Amino acid sequence: MTMLREQDDSPQEAVNPELERKAERRESWRGFFHAVPAYVYLIVFFVLPLFVVFVFSFASRGRTGRPILENWNLDGWTRLGDPLVSTIVGRSLFVAVLNTFLCLIIGYAFAYWIATRPKQSTRTLLLILVLIPFWSNFLVRTYAWRLLLDSDGYITQLGEWTGLWGRMLFTLPAVFLGLLYGFLPFMVLPLYAAIERIDWSLVEAGRDLYASGTKAFLKITLPLSRPGIIAGSILVFIPSLGAYVTPDILGGAKTTLLGNFIVTQFGAARNWPFGSALSSAILIVMVAATILYFRSGARTV
Amino acid sequence: MTLHEGARAGRRVDRLLSFNGWLVFAFLYLPILIVIVFSFSGAANVGIWGGFSLRWYERMFGNEQLMKSLQNTLWIALFSTIISTVLGTAAALALDRYRRWVGRGAFDAILYMPVIIPDVTMAVMLLLWFTQIGLPLGRGSILLAHIAFNISFVAIVVRARLANMDPVVEEAAADLYATRWLTFRRVTLPLIMPGVLGGGLLALTLSLDDVVITSFVQGPGATTLPVHVFGLIRKTVTPEINAVSTLMVTASMILVFASLAIQRRE
Repeated sequence: MTMLREQDDSPQEAVNPELERKAERRESWRGFFHAVPAYVYLIVFFVLPLFVVFVFSFASRGRTGRPILENWNLDGWTRLGDPLVSTIVGRSLFVAVLNTFLCLIIGYAFAYWIATRPKQSTRTLLLILVLIPFWSNFLVRTYAWRLLLDSDGYITQLGEWTGLWGRMLFTLPAVFLGLLYGFLPFMVLPLYAAIERIDWSLVEAGRDLYASGTKAFLKITLPLSRPGIIAGSILVFIPSLGAYVTPDILGGAKTTLLGNFIVTQFGAARNWPFGSALSSAILIVMVAATILYFRSGARTV
Repeated sequence: MTLHEGARAGRRVDRLLSFNGWLVFAFLYLPILIVIVFSFSGAANVGIWGGFSLRWYERMFGNEQLMKSLQNTLWIALFSTIISTVLGTAAALALDRYRRWVGRGAFDAILYMPVIIPDVTMAVMLLLWFTQIGLPLGRGSILLAHIAFNISFVAIVVRARLANMDPVVEEAAADLYATRWLTFRRVTLPLIMPGVLGGGLLALTLSLDDVVITSFVQGPGATTLPVHVFGLIRKTVTPEINAVSTLMVTASMILVFASLAIQRRE
């Protein structure tokens, strides 16, 4: 469909297919010209860099850590199998999966609650209250937990007073808290969008046919909110897997995640080819996750 | 969608859900509130209340390095927003209004990738590329990087708006012999304006907030406020950071309300 097509009963069009084809070609050029600036920009500053990372992962390492474009090898990629590397990759996957799961459980109950408030105005207000932290600076939100979890922070004081926990800063639980806090809004928004669209008369029909509340939820509500579950999970999983700021501020030496490990390769460790191989590996996981998303999305929508 | 009586959760479940809901809100808001409150504390220790004082704000505005980085941040945010809004809007038009052109499918895929790619990966890619082509790192390289991730966000927001717009009005304008430019200027643009402004505000927010990508492509003497603050937090935590944080949260809140106001104005 073109933007400004001639009226269907236009005699010219009916008589002259040559002219029509010409018009179509002109439309096609117009579309192309609209896209050209962004297209060129993204090729120069996204596609080519992507390609360079992949190429550099096979380069050899110079004295300063910068890649030397000769003696092509697979060192960067074989190092992915190192015990140290697999520990970090395993830990990152564990953190990303668990964080996605926690966000999903808490976020679902939360989004369901907002979406089932009877008044539209209540729903809008609650949604705005979710949007504010969503738009707020991520660094500041992570920093807030640095304050709370420090030795004289309120959470630490509360833990010491109840005797349930000590100082959590620079441990894995602190990283989890930070990631949960950072990415929960990413889960809530798509879940809310999916749950709010549900046709509740279907759930009611299920209840009329003597399905229990639990059964109606599992068999009707949950499957109908699947697009939101998948979108939210992707939105939380990918940044959790590549997280850098949160583990850097709240974690310690024993909680190094993939993101920090990659950054180290370009800094202190001075091994750009290995860092490139790690980045390429994350990219491959990401593309796979996205393809899965679009596949399952296509089936449900 | 109206809620049907029979579909509602039982009273006990509903009470549990409400409890969880308010708990989540407390979880989302209390940490930020504590930072804001302590930014007004006079004590030199971050976690202790030392009476109301504005000394950390005074110190913040007197900190030359901090102000220089704030200036850089605003400069980069302004230009990256303007450029990415123009390019992103044109890209959205190309994808939504023109169905067949060379390379459309590839463009569609490329356009979405910067959104889902993890920050660290994007940062690494751009650093390698900039050093490879010999581009000096500094304010310019940060700007180029910010435009690269912002175009996609703008295009997605504008495209969503275009998808909800009936092309019939544009056809009507054409039938009345409006030129393409006039149609765009007087019909299309006003109708997609909330999307364009919303996308622009999103780009502005992302540019103001970015830490990871900027910290990779920054150069000597040219850093942004969040990256500067990130460096400070990694060293030691001082109450001055509370004041800067409050400033940044306030800026985000203003942007949220601005974008809500734009959506309201329909």
